[in-house]
Amino acid sequence: MTNAGTAVAAPQAPAPAVRLARRRGIELALIMLAVLLSVYGYCAVGLARTGAVPPGAAGYGAGLGVLALCAHLAVRVRAPYADPLPLPIAVLLNGLGLVLIYRLDLETPGHREAPAQLVWSTLGVGLFIGVVLLLRDHRVLQRYAYVSVVAALALLLLPSLFPAVNGARIWIRIGGFSIQPGEFAKVLLAVFFAAYLAANRNALAYTGRRLWRLQFPTGRVLGPIVTIWLLSVGVLVLERDLGTSLLFFGLFVILLYVATGRTGWLAVGLLLAVLGAFAVGRLEPHVNGRIEDWLHPFATIDAGLGPNQLSQSLFAFAAGGILGAGLGLGHSILIGFAAKSDFILATAGEELGLAGLAAIFLLYALLVERGYRAGLALREPFGRLLAVGLASIVALQVFVIAGGVTGLIPLTGMAMPFLAQGGSSVVTNWAIVALLIRVSDSARSQYDGREAP
Amino acid sequence: MGKYIRHASGFCALMLLALLVNAARVQVVQAGSYDHNPANRRATIVRYQQPRGDILVGGSPVTGSKDTGEQLRYERTYLDGPLYAPVTGFASQQYGTTFLEHAEDGVLSGTDPLLTPFPLWNDVTRTPGTAGNVLTTLNRAAQQAAYRGLAGRKGAVAAIEPATGRILALVSSPSYDPAELSGNSAASAAAWTRLNRDPEKPMLNRAVRQTYPPGSTFKVVTAAAALDAGVVTDLDALTDSPDPYRLPGTTTRLTNEGDGCRDNSLRQAFEWSCNTVFAKLGVDVGVRDMTDTAEGFGFNDARMRVPFSAATSTFDTSVDKAQLALSSIGQYNTRATPLQMAMVAAAVADDGQLHTPYLVERTVRQGGETVAGSGPRPVLQVMRPSTAAALKELMTGVVREGTGTNAAIRGATVGGKTGTAQHGIGNSGVPYAWFVSWAQGNEGMEPEVAVAVVVEDASADRGEISGGGDAAPIAREVMRAVLRR
Repeated sequence: MTNAGTAVAAPQAPAPAVRLARRRGIELALIMLAVLLSVYGYCAVGLARTGAVPPGAAGYGAGLGVLALCAHLAVRVRAPYADPLPLPIAVLLNGLGLVLIYRLDLETPGHREAPAQLVWSTLGVGLFIGVVLLLRDHRVLQRYAYVSVVAALALLLLPSLFPAVNGARIWIRIGGFSIQPGEFAKVLLAVFFAAYLAANRNALAYTGRRLWRLQFPTGRVLGPIVTIWLLSVGVLVLERDLGTSLLFFGLFVILLYVATGRTGWLAVGLLLAVLGAFAVGRLEPHVNGRIEDWLHPFATIDAGLGPNQLSQSLFAFAAGGILGAGLGLGHSILIGFAAKSDFILATAGEELGLAGLAAIFLLYALLVERGYRAGLALREPFGRLLAVGLASIVALQVFVIAGGVTGLIPLTGMAMPFLAQGGSSVVTNWAIVALLIRVSDSARSQYDGREAP
Repeated sequence: MGKYIRHASGFCALMLLALLVNAARVQVVQAGSYDHNPANRRATIVRYQQPRGDILVGGSPVTGSKDTGEQLRYERTYLDGPLYAPVTGFASQQYGTTFLEHAEDGVLSGTDPLLTPFPLWNDVTRTPGTAGNVLTTLNRAAQQAAYRGLAGRKGAVAAIEPATGRILALVSSPSYDPAELSGNSAASAAAWTRLNRDPEKPMLNRAVRQTYPPGSTFKVVTAAAALDAGVVTDLDALTDSPDPYRLPGTTTRLTNEGDGCRDNSLRQAFEWSCNTVFAKLGVDVGVRDMTDTAEGFGFNDARMRVPFSAATSTFDTSVDKAQLALSSIGQYNTRATPLQMAMVAAAVADDGQLHTPYLVERTVRQGGETVAGSGPRPVLQVMRPSTAAALKELMTGVVREGTGTNAAIRGATVGGKTGTAQHGIGNSGVPYAWFVSWAQGNEGMEPEVAVAVVVEDASADRGEISGGGDAAPIAREVMRAVLRR
């Protein structure tokens, strides 16, 4: 480094011959594979149930294929450097979800959900295309941090004005449609957290007074954190929604840790979470019931009241065993009214077995990993935190709902991303994937012409 | 920040690991106990997902299956349900199975491993086996004749082929339609309640699950014991028996329905059913030999299966002489099922050999291949052939000129024994009418059928209750059906 000229000349040096592969072809191939797998599942259900390929198989395949191709084209045009994996994973999970919902529809002729789910999926893909086409740079979102949090709070509080459905106040019903605003609030909150923490991370990490070994920030900086914590518990109490509050809180603690690097925050977060959960679990009867069910899943059977949903879910998973009963051949409909939404994973577990379940978990894990990877590759804190936040939403949600239906943690009424029946959830998850695509495009395009990350 | 992102991703990996480990716990480690939890309906659903195999009488099914399209898809149907109910039992989605439906459930529901082409085949293919059929030994005409003969009166009929032990008829009356219990609807539940509360007990299988005091029909056993033990050597020799007979060690005096039983020969005492002669005969034979003979016929055997279990017929072995005297004329603690008394008649008819009765000829796959045959059944020589020949002679006499003339069939040799069993406190109950018999066509090589009939008709005038009057005509029609006369 003795020659200053070299340092100056470096930016003008000719680009190396190696260009970062855009890998759009791989994305296309994987999307086609995902569509084929979904159509195969659809046919398998029909063959198992009626002995014939269902008449809608071609239409279903064509619909899913066209949707996926449109999304792919949008990515090709506006995010050419984007990670090639998230889109095929989303297509496969959404397609598999449609198959499972269609399969469960066969057991409940009066309540067909698959057509509506296909409409919602179309809307979701539409939103995906809209975000990819219109949002040229994710950093624009940073400007709307406070708009986001206000909108998120409004969406969260809205359902408390509406009557409870199945013990939880998380829906609003307009006409024949029911919307779960909390789902949309997740993305908005992730944007807010990322923007707030990107702006304040130094203040959080290095100012304030020191107490024993922990460095506490000033009240001005700490205020929003405590507000969020209270909010999450408040949501839980008001709307009886254990899952959403857990998700918000987990998301916040992870982002806080990533932004400040202070392990103390993890400890404080965990402590607060345990305190909050303990208090609410003791005091709130609905949540308390869920915890009792988790601790004693077969108590209702012993009491002669028959199996509850959780024990039915465990029976379904057990019936699947290692290789599963085969699509269409299980009896997870015994779980009852939430079989297509909260408990859809039980159908996957029963009919695809531990092997299929592990594959689904790994698909989610891959999606999360690609989000984290994009975050690592980016250089500016907002994008990093946004990518980590979005990926963590998926990870936490999968953990909370899958852990709930398999008896690992208390059950919460959350939706398995892409898999479960529920319009708000599908649309939101497509938005999450769209943002991940956008972020990964930024992350990878900055290396174009240089060394790959 | 990158370091902390990596830490956070490690946390996500830990969550994934926890999910995978927990899924393996539920789906592999705990799966067995969850599968066998009684609240888990899966086994039940699988059980009713295919049509149940059929029970056949004379080559054609008396059962069927109906596709309800419900979660428990196939329901049992019955042709002539009340007629065959004591044989088929019911196969209910709510109340389980009974009788052949129960005893042969493995074959009928398709779970019997013998139904599969290879061992563990079903475990590998994860499919339930195709149900098999059960072929019974029943004779349709005999079954119908017995049911028609009882005509709704309380009672039962059991008929056996003496040379083989095949059960030809098994009827209990009043009966019920097992089809009413097949489903899981409110109607089935109502039928269940109604049938269980019915004072007539239509679901009681009186032919095999109800014991009655056999009354005078037990004199066949007493006579067999006396002849086998050599207490009586000449059927026509006068016996030394008073009338009335004072029961040993008591002041109770035993009398007869008719006159002229004093010192009667065994032949006359048998034909006219003299209580005094047989009570004394039983005491003369002694409890040891009486017990041996009775147990040879199948009394006190709690393990009898046809293949469903029969109630244990009893002959009390710890008795004093007075009790033995009463036991020997089918009273005191002596009790027998109609099936048991049919076995007694069958053993007499088959030269003293008792073939264990059975109801299932064989079980077959849907294609007709035999899964299991009835197999070799135990044969017991329960009395000397000469004793059996003597008893045949005595029993034919009863039908030719004694109390059992109502059972006579033109063109056939019929042997029988009537019984009128007192019961209730101080014999206050309406007596049971019994008739046990066997018949041999004149061209036949050996007796083709042995029957026991019991009628417990509460509505009849007490004086008219008699084995000869009520039960013998029913036995005659059953025997005629088998002999095709």
